[in-house]
Amino acid sequence: MDDLLREFLIETNESLDVVDVELVRFEQEPDNAKILDNVFRLVHTIKGTCGFLGLPRLETLAHAAETLMSRFRDGSMPVSGEAVTLILSTIDRIKDILSELERHQREPEGIDTDLIRSLEQMVEHGTAAHAAPDGGAVASRRPEGAADETPAPGAARQAVQDRGGSGGSGGDASSPEKEGDGTPDHTVAGTSIRVSVDTLESLMTMISELVLTRNQLLDIVRRHGESEFKVPLQRLSNVTAELQDGVMRTRMQPIGKAWQKLPRIVRDLAAELGKDLELEMHGADTELDRQVLERIKDPLAHMVRNSADHGLESAAERIAAGKPEKGTIRLSAYHEGGHIIIGVADDGRGLDTARIREKALALGLATEAGLEKMSEAQVHNFIFAPGFSTARTVTSVSGRGVGMDVVRNNIDQIGGSIDVQSVRGRGLSFTIKIPLTLAIVSALIVEASGERFAIPQLAVVELVRVNANSEHRIEHIKDAAVLRLRHELLPLVCLGNVLKLREDRAIPDKGFIVVMRVGAQTFGVMVDSVFHTEEIVVKPMASKLRRIGMFSGNTILGDGSVILILDPNGVLQALGASSSAAFEAQAGTVDDERTDDEEKTSLLVFRAGSPQLKAVPLSLVTRLEEIDCRMIEVSNGRQMVQYRGHLMPLMHFGDDAPAKRDGVQPLLVCSDGERSVGFAVDEIVDIVQEKLDIQVTSERAGALGSAIVRGQATEVVDIGHFLPLAYADWFRRADVVTRGRQPALLLVDDSAFFRSMLVPVLKAAGYAVTAVAGGYEALAFLKQGRSVDVLVTDIDMPDMDGFTLAEAVRDEPRFQDIPIIALSSINSPEAIERGRRVGFHDYVAKFDRQSLIAALKEQTSGAIQAA
Amino acid sequence: MTSTNEQPTTEYVTVQVGDHLFGLPISRVQDVFVPDHLTRVPLAPPEVAGILNLRGRVVTSIDMRSCLDFPPREPGAQAMAVGIECRGESYGLLVDSVGEVIALSDDDCEGKPANLDSRLSRVAVGVYRLEGRLLIVLDVDRMLDIKSGAVAA
Repeated sequence: MDDLLREFLIETNESLDVVDVELVRFEQEPDNAKILDNVFRLVHTIKGTCGFLGLPRLETLAHAAETLMSRFRDGSMPVSGEAVTLILSTIDRIKDILSELERHQREPEGIDTDLIRSLEQMVEHGTAAHAAPDGGAVASRRPEGAADETPAPGAARQAVQDRGGSGGSGGDASSPEKEGDGTPDHTVAGTSIRVSVDTLESLMTMISELVLTRNQLLDIVRRHGESEFKVPLQRLSNVTAELQDGVMRTRMQPIGKAWQKLPRIVRDLAAELGKDLELEMHGADTELDRQVLERIKDPLAHMVRNSADHGLESAAERIAAGKPEKGTIRLSAYHEGGHIIIGVADDGRGLDTARIREKALALGLATEAGLEKMSEAQVHNFIFAPGFSTARTVTSVSGRGVGMDVVRNNIDQIGGSIDVQSVRGRGLSFTIKIPLTLAIVSALIVEASGERFAIPQLAVVELVRVNANSEHRIEHIKDAAVLRLRHELLPLVCLGNVLKLREDRAIPDKGFIVVMRVGAQTFGVMVDSVFHTEEIVVKPMASKLRRIGMFSGNTILGDGSVILILDPNGVLQALGASSSAAFEAQAGTVDDERTDDEEKTSLLVFRAGSPQLKAVPLSLVTRLEEIDCRMIEVSNGRQMVQYRGHLMPLMHFGDDAPAKRDGVQPLLVCSDGERSVGFAVDEIVDIVQEKLDIQVTSERAGALGSAIVRGQATEVVDIGHFLPLAYADWFRRADVVTRGRQPALLLVDDSAFFRSMLVPVLKAAGYAVTAVAGGYEALAFLKQGRSVDVLVTDIDMPDMDGFTLAEAVRDEPRFQDIPIIALSSINSPEAIERGRRVGFHDYVAKFDRQSLIAALKEQTSGAIQAA
Repeated sequence: MTSTNEQPTTEYVTVQVGDHLFGLPISRVQDVFVPDHLTRVPLAPPEVAGILNLRGRVVTSIDMRSCLDFPPREPGAQAMAVGIECRGESYGLLVDSVGEVIALSDDDCEGKPANLDSRLSRVAVGVYRLEGRLLIVLDVDRMLDIKSGAVAA
């Protein structure tokens, strides 16, 4: 092909892509003169170039579109949806002709009277007639266009020639214009240069070879100790690193390029389907390799089409469902641990699990019995099976049944994975994870059970060496191994165990721990040795091995050996936590409103022993009393008072406070069964409802920390500290007989305060308690295979709420019947209903110890009897 | 009237696996090599013997004995590998030994005997009766799709 023509095709295609996006933007901002100018200029340039190259058909089309747009510019025509659609159709026709041009090196036969006439009419009448409603699809797109490529006889041809003539002279006149118009473009264009993709490809391959060879040299030099090769090799290494960096950057393109066509597609679909749709794009400048980008363009477009066509409901349905009228499709992209995570989510109707089950049965993909055992998420995976489309009507947009399986295949082929999450009525979310393949990454080489592995440096936070005497020790919370690192407790996993390379389930107490972070999760991976960091060329896993999930690829080290690259996500999953990207459709805002109410606690604010304000959760206080000081007796060095037929010890919060001798002593009475303790206070200040947010933790026993209550710093007291001081066996209940086996209880609550308050209570009630801070830890604990007789969980927790935890627990066949008791401050009917659905056996208010103990007794009586 | 003896023939690389002789169409065979320094792949399906480095390419080694549910090789016995390319990926089929390349007439290829073991039947295209031996023509793609231990449907 002629160089000039090739240049023209590349440039014009690029310009047309921009015109597409800009026109859609312009439609949304019709007053934005800048956008219009931009579009106008591009079309004008195209027209000029076409004239210059002798492409009359194209020139005529461009000219007609330009004329219409000039009406927008001079204000003589309002911007209507119809008009924009027409211009877009013209652009489409131009693109068609361009592709023909590319194939045959000349314009296809035919004239475009249909479009031209429509454009001219629009110009004539547009100024007079008023903007038709946007929904009106006058779209004279492909179906129509295909019909009339026949040259019309006589007059029409004459007319065309005239136009062609004027176009021609316009062309001549415009070529100097084009130059004129061109220069601003060219100055921008002058800073960049076009390079063929093949050239970059071979550059990349050579760089990879260079990196590998450099690694080999480094390996050799390392083994030879001191040598005169070291310094030049270091220099070579630096240069290679920079070269590699530079070449990689040439291949990286922002994902926004793949998203470029989508606003137009969504706009057209909205018009065609009569829905109000919005496309949100987040992270469009996240970069990924060009080749990968090419491969995901179509799958993404397909998913967006699906959402628009099947996922999002009509305006009427949405209003009826209490959703905003405008349906939202949300695209997102970000980097995480050597991968690019792309999300496509909508806030539509979600997947119809029942229909999928039907279809799966009908297609013979599963049996009734098999389907019974599957969780909802597993059923949803059927949408990736070939020939699977549950759309009742096959529209021309999607629903032909050649959908998601092709998408999955495409993604598989580039070494990626796709995950689906759906909530009926709320929406659907796809998460695509693609490795930044062909990348050269920094990796830490480790050894576990005699085999070496590479861990991407990106995911590694730090390395900790442990043995029995080191500062960092491995501790066991009920057989789950954790590492106490500064203030965090990290769940630990042994790499050898995860990969089933060793038999012994117990984690060794000496070795190295690689502290890794994936998203918000930090955890530790135990290995036998840690070698060095090496730059490696990531090669994708063979398709047969991709399903393993633990490895994101393999590489050849400097010494020629092949080692596997660990996927931090896979290891995290082995820890029992799921790490699919959060579901983020617009409906998420509903959640935010709800959480605010749930976190308020009733607090009793008082003063005792000092002017500083103190607070205690009201529900821990059984009664407020005032007693006559003369009633206070001293026995055994302790203050007591006769209260309701029993002796009640008196406690003071402040140690240096002088006890009152006369008058009235206000008391906070805490009772448990028949025993009570009275806490002497100076004055009761207030009872408030506040979010209990302990900001500064206390080192002192007796206080949990400080929080802001009523706008003032208030010390939150730890009742649990004082109670055993009054009665040494306060937390040991008389009616508990330690039977052969104490029922095992797993307590999940993100607040250290509540854990430390509840654990003693539960222990006293006769349970063997393990307390964890969140849903992931709980799942990890359960996956360890420990037996748990009852699960007590808070609802509101960051990372994973109680509902989600319950669902995840129920997914495990082992735990389908485990009693789950939820602790919460909300008792709304919706919450209770949801709780019932996810399988909570009971719902207890957070501070109501009595109810909690009673509920536990009820739920575990079976277990106790069985022991 | 004598017909011109222009019978179509195909060349096969012969390999021995257990008691069976297989023929792989030469068009599918890239390499024959000694599998060296195999890296074990934890959690991989049993037929994947490991991955290795062949001139800078990572090759996935599939043990034919495992795929066909044959007993494993004697410890210490050296296997040979036949390099295959499938769907853009490099594989090495581990066999006991590699024999010669022979050219066989397509017309002489017979259908699979009814009493052929079901697993062999799945991966066989046909058989040739050579002097005293049976050569099983291997369907390379089907071979690579097999998961060992799967019950023949």
